[in-house]
Amino acid sequence: MRRFFLPLGIFLVLSVFLAAGLKLDPREVPSPLIDKPAPSFQLAQLQDSRKTLAPADLKGKVWIFNVWASWCVACLQEHPLLVELSRQNLVPIYGLNYKDGRDNALAWLHRHGNPYTLSAMDADGQVGIDYGVYGVPETYVIDKDGVIRFKQIGPVTPKVLEQKILPLVRKLQG
Amino acid sequence: MIPELGQFALIVALCIALAQAVLPIAGAARGDVAWMNVARPAAQGQFVFIAIAFGCLAWSFVNNDFSVLNVVNNSNSSLPWYYRFAATWGSHEGSLLLWVLMLTGWMLAVTLFSRHLPLEMVSRILGVMALISVGFLLFMLLTSNPFERLLPAAADGRDLNPLLQDPGMVIHPPMLYMGYVGFSVAFSFAVAALLGGQLDATWARWSRPWTTMAWVFLTIGIALGSWWAYYELGWGGWWFWDPVENASFMPWLLGTALIHSLAVTEKRGGFKVWTVLLAITTFSLSLLGTFLVRSGVLTSVHAFATDPARGVFILGFLVLVIGASLTLFAWRAPRVGLGGRFDFVSRESALLANNLLLIVAAASVLLGTLYPLFLDALGLGKISVGPPYFDSVFVPLMAPAIFLMGVGPLAKWKRAELPDLAQRLKWAFAVALFTALLLPFTLGKWTPMIAFGLLLALWVAVSGVVNLRQRVAQLRADNGLGTGALLKGLPRGYYGMLLAHAGVAVFIAGVTMVKGYEVEKDVRMQAGDTVGVGAYTFRLDGFVQVPGPNYEATRGLVTVLKNGKPVRTMFPEKRMYHVQQMPMTEAAIDAGFTRDLYVSLGEPVGNDAWVVRIYHKPFVDWIWGGAFLMALGGVLAITDRRYRLARTIEREAAGAVSAVTA
Repeated sequence: MRRFFLPLGIFLVLSVFLAAGLKLDPREVPSPLIDKPAPSFQLAQLQDSRKTLAPADLKGKVWIFNVWASWCVACLQEHPLLVELSRQNLVPIYGLNYKDGRDNALAWLHRHGNPYTLSAMDADGQVGIDYGVYGVPETYVIDKDGVIRFKQIGPVTPKVLEQKILPLVRKLQG
Repeated sequence: MIPELGQFALIVALCIALAQAVLPIAGAARGDVAWMNVARPAAQGQFVFIAIAFGCLAWSFVNNDFSVLNVVNNSNSSLPWYYRFAATWGSHEGSLLLWVLMLTGWMLAVTLFSRHLPLEMVSRILGVMALISVGFLLFMLLTSNPFERLLPAAADGRDLNPLLQDPGMVIHPPMLYMGYVGFSVAFSFAVAALLGGQLDATWARWSRPWTTMAWVFLTIGIALGSWWAYYELGWGGWWFWDPVENASFMPWLLGTALIHSLAVTEKRGGFKVWTVLLAITTFSLSLLGTFLVRSGVLTSVHAFATDPARGVFILGFLVLVIGASLTLFAWRAPRVGLGGRFDFVSRESALLANNLLLIVAAASVLLGTLYPLFLDALGLGKISVGPPYFDSVFVPLMAPAIFLMGVGPLAKWKRAELPDLAQRLKWAFAVALFTALLLPFTLGKWTPMIAFGLLLALWVAVSGVVNLRQRVAQLRADNGLGTGALLKGLPRGYYGMLLAHAGVAVFIAGVTMVKGYEVEKDVRMQAGDTVGVGAYTFRLDGFVQVPGPNYEATRGLVTVLKNGKPVRTMFPEKRMYHVQQMPMTEAAIDAGFTRDLYVSLGEPVGNDAWVVRIYHKPFVDWIWGGAFLMALGGVLAITDRRYRLARTIEREAAGAVSAVTA
């Protein structure tokens, strides 16, 4: 008699999983670089190509690393947030100008505002590959020892900024 | 105006569906004839209004009404009219409307072909179908309205996804949905029987044609989808175990078990609980498939809207429908009773094993499809499950079932003798084994997989021939007629079975040959280059630019030579669709009975050179040919005389009864 309830039982267990699945995002792929040292690089700066930028220069402070490009439409979404953040002087923002041309990049910053203390030029995208960049914009939070603590794929939203990035920055700053 | 008419028609249909869902079922319980008689006219009325709604949406598409959001998102003024029409069902909302149209179409068919069924039965069946209709109509009206307006209207639309601008797209969803929705009839028959307490051979005989018809459509729909992926996606693959493909395959596996189980219930009154459970679960998997592709729970190349809010609605609907029917099953099944006893070696036991194997196969596909979700929900990480799992699990499960396909039809009902069966089949097995072992050597390559695949295919084919010969011989012994007359006298259902099983053999042969012997070359070519694939030489002669109605194409000119003589020219294209800025590969395929030649353009590299993919695929069309034969077998079975004869007898009996009572 009870075995006839088995199909119903199996289905109900399945429904619980399906309901849980509605809250998850199957496309979200967590980065394997979290809690690992930020890959090193030495790239020419965007503003002054005679100077270079490397993560080693930034040891001792917590910093935000934002991957952006002038051709990137979604970057425009988050840009006002970054500009506002840079005005608050809570944490320095460094940019990785990804697969872009210098003139286009400078013009873009001139037009939309420049939140970056400095931007590094990654014209061929090699550094992007090292950082696991697959969808611009992406944003990293890197601590005083140069370890990646957080990665945001896609535009930074006010919610992510308030609930994830800023609390983490404050915690890392001590 | 027209879109508003369409929306209004949907609302009217919903009201009718509500009446149709409540009154007939309550009427059947209360014995109220007036309430039960609501069912047929209500079903027909629903069909009319849904057809109106569908017509309104199609009209909006064909006439480029860009004030309708759905048209803006899925069409464009430079899209040819037949694709504008097909775009009606190219989106989540539109395809739901197609789903409901199919449902009301099947409802209409039930009203027309059910004169021989008792009124309570028809009322319950139509009532259950109406409940499903209510769910889908509410879903549409509340969350996925195809008639939503965009005001001010857009100047033009975002164009139909170029992947869908194809003849296969026009026909694949309707066929598939006819199958999915058709199983709702089997489902309704089962629930009606559980509600009414009458589950017997008569019920099975009524259910069978409907179920087989739905199965035929689903077979065609899946085969079309596979063929479409083959020629449209440009990689020469035809099955990827993608979640959406699996979502259609699972109901097919269970539907196959169901049509076989129904045979036992009809002929021997057995397997009643199995049959009813299979009818419920087959349609449940159809609904589950609908949920999976529209809720964002799984990623797929195929997924529609990935909107969790809609997912919540469908999940709720799913839990309600499947939960209620499985509860009804748990409550009423114990009373259903067992059929006749049968021996360990008998046709019943072969079919029981068949049931089990197909169910386990479907369950393993379900497990593989949902496993990423299970792990993610339990916080155990993100994985993806692909062909390695499915191929290694599915094939070993199907192999015994295919072996039984040769044995089952020859086994007697209730009690078969194993030595007798072995005697009849030993030559069939010997021939199959001998040929399977030797044939690959003549074809150039021998591997265990090729030999095994050929063995299975040949086994089914040869045992089918043995079956036919034995049947004719037996009839001749009984009747003494000539062979021709005897062959004519065999029931269509029997030929349907032989043909469908032959289709399976053809399918397996096709898969084995393609997987075993296909040759693929990816080469960088410029004008003048040649490459040899198999017995053919392919020479790239050059490229031309070809404008299309809504795209710009680069077309390659490829001459195919055999023994130095040109035999074909092939024109693979790379299209860039203007509106969506999406590049599309149009493979050039030279289809033949024994092989396909397949050429597609990859990416341009350097100066005037392209990466070109060339395949030689032996017997690949047998894959879809086999599926088509299976479907044809099903159609033959449905047109069996005894269904028409039984209906005539019952109609006459009903007529006689009413004449007496009049």
